[in-house]
Amino acid sequence: MAEEPMSPAPLPEGTARDTTGSRGSRLLGVLTLVGLVVLGVLAFVLTDPDVRIHPSTGAEFGQFDAVRMLYVHVPLAVMTYLAYGLCAVASLGVLIRRTPWWDVMAHAAAEVGTVFCGLVLVTGSIWGRPVWNTWWEWGDVRLMTTLVLFLMFAGYLALRRTTGDPRTVSRRAAVVALVAVLDLPLVNRSVEWWENRTLHQQSTLGDLKIEDLTLFTLMLGFLVLGMAMAWLLLHRFRVGWLEQAALDHSVAAAIAERRGETPDNELRRAVGDPSPGDPS
Amino acid sequence: MNTLRTVLRDARLVAARDLRIEARSRVVIDQILPFAVLVLVLFGFALDADHRTLRTFAPGLFWVTVLLSALLAIQRSASLDSADGTGTALRMSGLSPVARYLGRAAAVLVQLLVLEVVLVGGLVVLYGVSVEEWFLLVVAGVVAGVAVAAAGTLYGALASGLGARQTLLPILVLPVLAPVLIGATRAFDDALGVAAVDGWAWTGLLAVAALVLTVVGASVHGVLVED
Amino acid sequence: MTHVGYLIAGWGITLGTLAIYALRLVRRGRDLSAQVPDAHRRWLEDQGSDDA
Repeated sequence: MAEEPMSPAPLPEGTARDTTGSRGSRLLGVLTLVGLVVLGVLAFVLTDPDVRIHPSTGAEFGQFDAVRMLYVHVPLAVMTYLAYGLCAVASLGVLIRRTPWWDVMAHAAAEVGTVFCGLVLVTGSIWGRPVWNTWWEWGDVRLMTTLVLFLMFAGYLALRRTTGDPRTVSRRAAVVALVAVLDLPLVNRSVEWWENRTLHQQSTLGDLKIEDLTLFTLMLGFLVLGMAMAWLLLHRFRVGWLEQAALDHSVAAAIAERRGETPDNELRRAVGDPSPGDPS
Repeated sequence: MNTLRTVLRDARLVAARDLRIEARSRVVIDQILPFAVLVLVLFGFALDADHRTLRTFAPGLFWVTVLLSALLAIQRSASLDSADGTGTALRMSGLSPVARYLGRAAAVLVQLLVLEVVLVGGLVVLYGVSVEEWFLLVVAGVVAGVAVAAAGTLYGALASGLGARQTLLPILVLPVLAPVLIGATRAFDDALGVAAVDGWAWTGLLAVAALVLTVVGASVHGVLVED
Repeated sequence: MTHVGYLIAGWGITLGTLAIYALRLVRRGRDLSAQVPDAHRRWLEDQGSDDA
């Protein structure tokens, strides 16, 4: 949608006044839902389970139908990293540029990312139960790293919710996000070394024959969950933006009340915008 | 070079001040140390232990105890500034944020090292542990201590001045210290002869962690205290 | 199909969580939109928020 001019203008076509939706986001939403249906069909009907024949015993082994979980689990993981990566970039923006846009984006990305990260852990665990015969595998590098990542950003979100000067909180949260991302390689390496000293024999993603329809379904999963994440991010960003606006509005209203003005003039004065009827 | 010397000198000033406060108030000695020993004892009760079990788990229990006690020490250290305007005084004093960070972290490190020494004693007495490689133990203990002090000082400053500091600090700092916990425990596994691992390799990892955390902490401290 | 329970749980939790989160976002968006008069909203939105 085109950028709007600075002065309050009539809302563009398709923007609802009462919601964070817009024509674009509705289209995205519909596409996502359609995509989810297609993904479901592919994942459950058109693709085959992972069945392999043991070379010597001739017995069947493999993940069987549990492999269908991976069509959500892996895309969820990729989206988590994208979201957290976005949060890290936005956090840099908060520290360097200091505009509210970066701040709202960082918070939105962190929240959406954490939802996805939690789902990665849950789907991973549910996948692991039939395949590894355990709900939780301390020896899996990816699982451990994702867990620590989740905890770090849970801390970020907790920090965001504390009361305190919003500018301070936003700066500190940015630091938390950046340190978390910087710490991640250390976490990964330490868990990797730790895991490798055990004699665990696990079926990993690498063993899977990923080709043709399986590959296509996986790619579709990336696309669909990517759209879902974009939709959620968009709305979460707008919600965050509105929260900021509501706060500013209520502060302006309180000040204006004391001065006997209307809140709009107050805000305009604060920003230095000339307005009709206002001499300054 | 002149700036480096100034920074180090200022850091020493800050560290000396923090340690002098500790010497006078004795919070670490009177409260945190006993807490640490208490945790070791609690583990003993909880694990219904024979010496063999305790010896096997000693490194892990040791480092969990250190981390929990470190939380208290960090809270304490961060609170030193918020009493009666000393924080503002420090900010106006012209000491660079890097010097303040390094000094504070150094003071926390000293306290942690004292803690570790006492706890090793606790391991030997209460858990029947015997130290096979003293040198590895000391080096790993110091390096891990640096990492914990560095991260702790960073997050202690980060969480200060907000309503929920007490409960916020643990969830912020502990996940970041996960690699330190893993690495230090493995290093101690080797030093205490509990498991056949390469303690020195793990100590190398700890050193990287300590370096990264210190550099990040020093760089970022200015941003955190500038309000 | 084998492991049906797990599949239903996994996919169900995923889709359910995302749906609930989405609905909560939309609802919060509505509530906030009601609180913020349009003038403010438009002005601030001009600062570069993205319409997909």
